[in-house]
Amino acid sequence: MLQAPVLIAVSLLYLGLLFAVAWWGDRRADRGRSLIDSPTIYALSMAVYCTTWTFYGSVGRAAVSGIGFLPVYLGPTLVMALGWFILLKMIRIVKANRITSIADFISSRYGKSHLLGGLVTIIAVVGIVPYIALQLKAVSSTVGLLLSYPEIVMPHRSPTMSVAADISFYIALILAAFTIVFGTRHLDATERHEGMVAAIALESSVKLVAFIAVGVFVTYGMYGGFGDIFEHLATHPELQRLATAIPSGQGYTGWFSLIVLSALAVLFLPRQFQVAVVENVNESHLRRAAWLFPLYLLLINVFVLPIALGGLMHFSGQGVDADTFVLTLPMSQRQEGLALLVFIGGLSAGTGMVIVETIALSTMVCNDLVMPLLLRQRRLALAESKDLSGLLLSIRRGAIVVILLLGYCYFRLAGEAYALVAIGLISFAAVAQFAPAIIGGMYWRGGTRGGALAGLLAGFIVWGYTLLLPSFAKSGWLPNDFLTQGLFGIDLLRPQQLFGLSGIDEISHCLFWSFLANIGAYVGVSLLRPPMVAEATQATVFVDALQESGPIGAVLWRGRAKVSDLQELVGRFLGPARAEVAFAGYARRHGGRQGDKLEADARLVQFAESLLAGAIGSASARVMVASVAKEEPLSIEEVMHILDEASQLRTYSRELERKSRELTAATLELREANERLQELDRVKDDIMSSVTHELRTPLTSIRAFSELLRDDPKMHLPDRERFLGLIVSETERLTRLINQTLDLAKIESGRADWNACELDLKEVIEQSVAATSQLFREKEAHVDLDLPDNLPLIMGDRDRLIQVMLNLLSNAAKFLPPGSGRVRVMLRLLADGLQVSVTDNGPGIRPQDQELIFEKFRQVGDTMTAKPSGTGLGLPISRRIVEYLGGRLWVESVPGEGATFLFTLPFAPQRELAVGQQEPAA
Amino acid sequence: MQRRILGRDRLIAAFLVGCVLFNYPLLSVFDRPSEIFGIPMIFAYIFFAWVLVIALMAWASEARSG
Repeated sequence: MLQAPVLIAVSLLYLGLLFAVAWWGDRRADRGRSLIDSPTIYALSMAVYCTTWTFYGSVGRAAVSGIGFLPVYLGPTLVMALGWFILLKMIRIVKANRITSIADFISSRYGKSHLLGGLVTIIAVVGIVPYIALQLKAVSSTVGLLLSYPEIVMPHRSPTMSVAADISFYIALILAAFTIVFGTRHLDATERHEGMVAAIALESSVKLVAFIAVGVFVTYGMYGGFGDIFEHLATHPELQRLATAIPSGQGYTGWFSLIVLSALAVLFLPRQFQVAVVENVNESHLRRAAWLFPLYLLLINVFVLPIALGGLMHFSGQGVDADTFVLTLPMSQRQEGLALLVFIGGLSAGTGMVIVETIALSTMVCNDLVMPLLLRQRRLALAESKDLSGLLLSIRRGAIVVILLLGYCYFRLAGEAYALVAIGLISFAAVAQFAPAIIGGMYWRGGTRGGALAGLLAGFIVWGYTLLLPSFAKSGWLPNDFLTQGLFGIDLLRPQQLFGLSGIDEISHCLFWSFLANIGAYVGVSLLRPPMVAEATQATVFVDALQESGPIGAVLWRGRAKVSDLQELVGRFLGPARAEVAFAGYARRHGGRQGDKLEADARLVQFAESLLAGAIGSASARVMVASVAKEEPLSIEEVMHILDEASQLRTYSRELERKSRELTAATLELREANERLQELDRVKDDIMSSVTHELRTPLTSIRAFSELLRDDPKMHLPDRERFLGLIVSETERLTRLINQTLDLAKIESGRADWNACELDLKEVIEQSVAATSQLFREKEAHVDLDLPDNLPLIMGDRDRLIQVMLNLLSNAAKFLPPGSGRVRVMLRLLADGLQVSVTDNGPGIRPQDQELIFEKFRQVGDTMTAKPSGTGLGLPISRRIVEYLGGRLWVESVPGEGATFLFTLPFAPQRELAVGQQEPAA
Repeated sequence: MQRRILGRDRLIAAFLVGCVLFNYPLLSVFDRPSEIFGIPMIFAYIFFAWVLVIALMAWASEARSG
């Protein structure tokens, strides 16, 4: 099952499957139904982080340093918690500026500088090519291993092997072809490759499944689970240290450095930048990917240590390389299917990394290295050529082939050397040098092109001196004296004890010195002079990327250009057809007229530049647009002025928003107040109209009687006295009416004075009855009192309550039958208060009138036949008083059998408890 | 808006918790040759902490209600 033809067939089939997935993904993308529009696929594509260095190498590292392999995955876990901030900002910037690579990102931030873009590209290529070599090595050595099956023979490369006979050469070529088809199918202004991402996500799933399959097989098939493996360690004391301690060579410092290093690498490795930032479909995917990706890392690492320990015990003394345990353990157990699955998993890990990394690097090489040179040296020739999109694609394809061949050459050169084995972390340390320029650039406006250049250069040199060159020396390519005695024999310059710094591992050592140099130079040089126009502009675009008002870059341009010129320029690099579509789309979106003679405004120029930036990088795009647009340079003062204005505008608009919110609130209050006023007004009108009507009656009688007295001076004395008596009583009624009207108006408008205090209701009732006793005596009526002692106090206004009682009592007195009248006043204890009732044996009140009597100026009963003797305000006022005190006033009556007026009042608050205890007794 | 800020703060908290759990000096507390359920202490501790941090991040990212 593991012969060469089978292996080749399976590999090709698998690559064919990947290609089919990629093709499908691209087709779906073209139709606008993205296949990769899912956070899970986004997270899986991020797992391109796990290369063969993880798939095979983790076990190898675990076999040497125990759990020392873990920090490389803990760092990314931590940084993903911050991904929602850092990655989101990067994605926004990249989308707004059509940035396609990390070199473009840095160059764009510092004023679209060719020099910076080129430097970043060189650092990336130098740092990454050996890493690609490592993937080739892994894939080819696993092929070699499988071909020797059923023996387990460590593949040994003979340096003299011809290139034509070298299987890894063909692997490199196939991968190059594959990458070209995946990555450079056509030039896209956004440079996104949905098909590739879909294939990478599939590969990530395959490698996870394969690795977990081996892990389960070793842990539960060959041994009896985790506990069993660790138990077996007892017989291998030399291995025990691996599982139980932080490796001593690494220490806590090294552990910490690896976490920092991998956290930065997962952001700034070109392939990670490609999948996480450039290929991001929807920024909301970040939210879920932020924990799915760490979960993936956790899962792929659970079985690393068991496999390493199992392999070390199983192959004890047989000279099997721990890097191959993942494959050799299944082989040793004759598990051919599992071995094949592992091979495919390793192939996935290797090809995934190579494809994405090469696409990212080729974009950088094309846009930030080759194009600027071409533009500089052959600008005339370039300008003549009509369609350059073919040239661009060729450059990229060429770059892909060259990068893979460089990787292959390095692999041939390095072979089993230390320089290749250690390259994983060396690569990480190289890309970590981008961190100050990028993170500084996203959060600090003061960083300048000079600072970024100085920082990157210093960091790169220190990295080369303290990590890359020593790895060459350890491989025997440089004299060992370089390591032990320092450059030119100067002791202080020993590359791994620079300036005598010792006692820490080489990674921490490199990280410390390179970051000191990098950050120091970046900040130091940046502070030497203020940012130039272009730098200040881009700083604003980058630092303010998350502000809602959006980038203001388009405003910062002043010049003249013709639409036709711009379209032709874009057409040269993207192809005329694509350019036409893009410009037509722009015109549609902006509802603009389309005319060749139209002068392009700043936004259109910006649009053209961003289209070009997607294809040839931001720095070259700026140069090309400048060649057709007659730009009038803005001075730094003008730019700062515009920026200030923009930020002032933002402040103003915030202020305005605040004001308008306050205004809305004020309007609402005003409306409420107005409604209240209108209500009061209505009440007043009501009262006024009723009052005028009610006042007229007594006034008319007074006037009539007065006129009678005046006109008839000979009137008899008894008549005169009767009339005068009537005038006096009508006047009294008038006074009462006016007083009560005013009183009611006061109560209704809420301006009445209340003197609330605790009262004994019994005493109030007794006082009221005493005050009205004369009334009842006149009617010869009998008044019964039923007032229990020791009732709790209530909260009320004494004078007002007396007013209520007087009202009710005089009301009762009014309707009592002469001679046989009976009035009964009762006080009763309720659950939550006291109830007072005044019962008479008068004519009673008809049910339909029982509510009417509480309305103002409504008097029922004998109003039609007899002159009303009350004002019609007593009951309404009483009801309002009782309601104000928290109680209720109503009437119960059966016509012909008298009426009972009842009202309740709640207890004074602090007495409630006492009442509850008294209740049974009452 | 309020909810977004809360989610953001939770993520930052998860980051800080992870930084503390994965590094010296807490790490050294568990860096000793003893076992828990037959699994070396440091190995079990790191994976436990790792699961905890991921769970925190998942909660911060997915929780809908404040």
